[in-house]
Amino acid sequence: MTGRGPAHGPELTATTTAGEAPQSVGVAGSVASTGAPFNEGSPSFWAKLSKSSPLAALILQRLALSVALLFAVSLMIFGGVEALPGDFATTYLGQSATPQAIENIRKDLGLDQPATTRYFKWLGGAVQGDFGNSWASKNSVSEQIGKRLGNSLFLAFFAAIISVPLAVGLGMLAVQYRNRLPDKIINVISLAAISLPEFFVGYLLILFFAVQMGVATFPATVYESMTIGQRLSAIALPTATLVLVVLAHMMRMTRAAILNVMSSAYVETAELKGLGSLRVIAKHAAPNALAPVINVIALNLAYLVVGVVVVEVVFVYPGMGQYMVDAVTVRDMPVVQACGLIFAAFYIFLNMFADILAIIANPRLRHPR
Amino acid sequence: MPDLLSVKNLKIEATSYPPGEPPRTVTLVEGVSFDVEKGKVLGLIGESGAGKSTIGLTALAYGRGGVRITGGEVLLNGQDLLKLGPNGIRKVRGAKVCYVAQSAAAAFNPAHRLGEQVIEASLKHGIMSRADAEKRALYLFKVLGLPNPETFGQRYPHQVSGGQLQRAMTAMALCPNPELIVFDEPTTALDVTTQIDVLAAIKHAIEETNTAALYITHDLAVVAQITDDILVLRHGKMVEYGSVKQIIEAPTQDYTRALVNVRGTKREEAPDQSDTLLKVENITAGYSNGFKVLQNVSLHLPKGQTLAVVGESGSGKSTLARVITGLLPPQEGTISFDGKPLPKALKGRSNDELRRVQMIYQMADTAMNPRQTVRDIVGRPLTFYYGLRGAKKTERVKELLEQIEMGGRFADRYPAELSGGQKQRVAIARALAAKPELILCDEPTSALDPLVAEGILKLLLKLQDETHVSYMFITHDIAIVRAIADSVAVMHRGKLVRFGPKSKVLSPPFDDYTDLLLKSVPEMEIGWLEKVLTTRRMESAGN
Repeated sequence: MTGRGPAHGPELTATTTAGEAPQSVGVAGSVASTGAPFNEGSPSFWAKLSKSSPLAALILQRLALSVALLFAVSLMIFGGVEALPGDFATTYLGQSATPQAIENIRKDLGLDQPATTRYFKWLGGAVQGDFGNSWASKNSVSEQIGKRLGNSLFLAFFAAIISVPLAVGLGMLAVQYRNRLPDKIINVISLAAISLPEFFVGYLLILFFAVQMGVATFPATVYESMTIGQRLSAIALPTATLVLVVLAHMMRMTRAAILNVMSSAYVETAELKGLGSLRVIAKHAAPNALAPVINVIALNLAYLVVGVVVVEVVFVYPGMGQYMVDAVTVRDMPVVQACGLIFAAFYIFLNMFADILAIIANPRLRHPR
Repeated sequence: MPDLLSVKNLKIEATSYPPGEPPRTVTLVEGVSFDVEKGKVLGLIGESGAGKSTIGLTALAYGRGGVRITGGEVLLNGQDLLKLGPNGIRKVRGAKVCYVAQSAAAAFNPAHRLGEQVIEASLKHGIMSRADAEKRALYLFKVLGLPNPETFGQRYPHQVSGGQLQRAMTAMALCPNPELIVFDEPTTALDVTTQIDVLAAIKHAIEETNTAALYITHDLAVVAQITDDILVLRHGKMVEYGSVKQIIEAPTQDYTRALVNVRGTKREEAPDQSDTLLKVENITAGYSNGFKVLQNVSLHLPKGQTLAVVGESGSGKSTLARVITGLLPPQEGTISFDGKPLPKALKGRSNDELRRVQMIYQMADTAMNPRQTVRDIVGRPLTFYYGLRGAKKTERVKELLEQIEMGGRFADRYPAELSGGQKQRVAIARALAAKPELILCDEPTSALDPLVAEGILKLLLKLQDETHVSYMFITHDIAIVRAIADSVAVMHRGKLVRFGPKSKVLSPPFDDYTDLLLKSVPEMEIGWLEKVLTTRRMESAGN
């Protein structure tokens, strides 16, 4: 698991938000209670909205929370980077560092200004999509990130469209054959996949498919001149690695969530209607198990974008993760900050979408009395 | 006429896993045989654990949890359901035999519209086309008296009331034109005023469609209204099997006689009700969202007597108890206890003020810490209020357990090792331990079987004679009010409708609500339901 340690850093915060979501989703009254401070005295717009359309009110609330959270995160990223030991000028100049040269570079980069001024300048630019220029290459950070992010999303997209349906399908299958052989096989294999560090899975796949059988491409580096077919063939192995890594988590959650619902009275009703067991699971159990499953899927999608540093390094894939790691080694702060903020935005907004979907999946909120 | 359903010598077993012991097989039902003719209704009656639901579900060859049907025959039109494979039995379930669950609120899938769920079985079994099924659902919604039958199917389960859900569940069972319906306590979770409507709707629908039914209940008065034959069960065995008339009017077994005469407790009301202990004046209370659960409620309770607070769910009975205990401080109004005003909020009350008012809850299960022994549960208030420890505490716990007719040998048991009635007795002992002057009883018997409930009521009356404690007894059951109250408060939608000595409140002239409430309580009399319905029709025709 050592390989996943650093990559999982941001997931901690994301897990807590996801964990709180089902509670607030289940309680329609939470809107009324959070809205309460606003509607002392005459009924405000908010109070009216939460009464007439609790769904819209809840979704608006989530949106506002996400934006607020993103600002808090930007502050933490900036503060964290400030507090980092080491200095770009010293690293850049190496042995030729004289106090005067360091001072000059600091002045060039605007580091002599107070931190608050720099923060607001940076934030103001970031809101407009301008993350400044890289200190090392002097190029626009936004431009460089644009390409890298595209590559990362390309990889994540294919990993997601394979792993999500596969995980939900296997989860349902495991419920259908619960405690029998197919369930046990699915469980053991998924447990093995989740237990192996992804760099190990990656190297195993390279060994078998690229080296011994020669059917896959390695390294998985993509260039702008490649056709879509070449690109797909290049990302086959990293995609397979990512699928194996995220599959088990989603599959097990689907299984647990559906099993939890299987003991409810309405599932018994469905069985006593003489329905087939797959229909009972898919039509009667699964819709009521959506909320937790959606949350886990969102977490894993976020991981696919953000947490793939190791996989990108193993397969020499030019994505965001590798870009950020390179930037950290040379103390290229604008790049580190930009990557950090974009990663955080992915986590926060994917979780927000999960929350909103879970809210929409709840018929009590979708159809108030 | 050949029997539609014929159950012969049924044996049902389950495997239990006692902690720390090897698993063992428990026999739940043994030697049960009965027949149901086409278009007839058989009532299965008995207390909880008698195996009623388990037997009812065998008509669908279904075992709940780890329950297995290990012996006997279940013949539907001469075909043994137990010998059908999983595919064969699937064709019977939801097509020839349908099931109506006790809690329709839990048995409907919250994610789908009611209409879809009602017609699902008919469509999946290919019994009728979607158009026909929808037409039949509409017809059934009308027969069952559901509001706006045209649009009722568009609604989700959380959008309709409990009584309506129970009727929708009946419609769901009737929709595929089954030959037999198993009703599993369909009205137990409902208020009496709603129960009578649902009972009437079920009876009407069964007659209209000429469907046979198994009707499971623990309430003999209900079963007398709706069935042709009755099978009395106890501990998984048959006690008595005969026609309704024979069982109600001439029971041959002691157990059946006890069931028929269960409401035998009767207490005369106290003549002098002037020595007031608790006085509640103009209480208005509610929650932060502005909804007022109680509106301007005033009542009082004399020392050493019982005030019954009666009303349906949502009438504010339990909230009144919460206000008196201080758990929910009222927005307006005052509470005085023994002549002195009582601080509104729990925090403002002294230890002694807390001690004098104790509470007993509906669910003794959830009101006790499952990881504490009876000794700890009953001993806690002894230490808290009286500082008793060691031998003195042990002695007092033993005394209390004897007072509730259980004895000291129960002191080391955990709640899970007690029956429902025993748990409620321990809860009573815990309340008594504080030597309170007032005990608020929040439906303490409504989750218990009639005979067990009867025992609890007798115990409460005995304890009142011994200790002169006052009770505020919250209930929805008029029979209990008749049995134990000195004064009665009738509540409806957060307001006090009627209050006074029992003899006055329960005798005419009535207000409309009290009249409805009193007339809705099923009586152990064949034909009572028809009589009530006829009177209602005549009254509405007269208006």
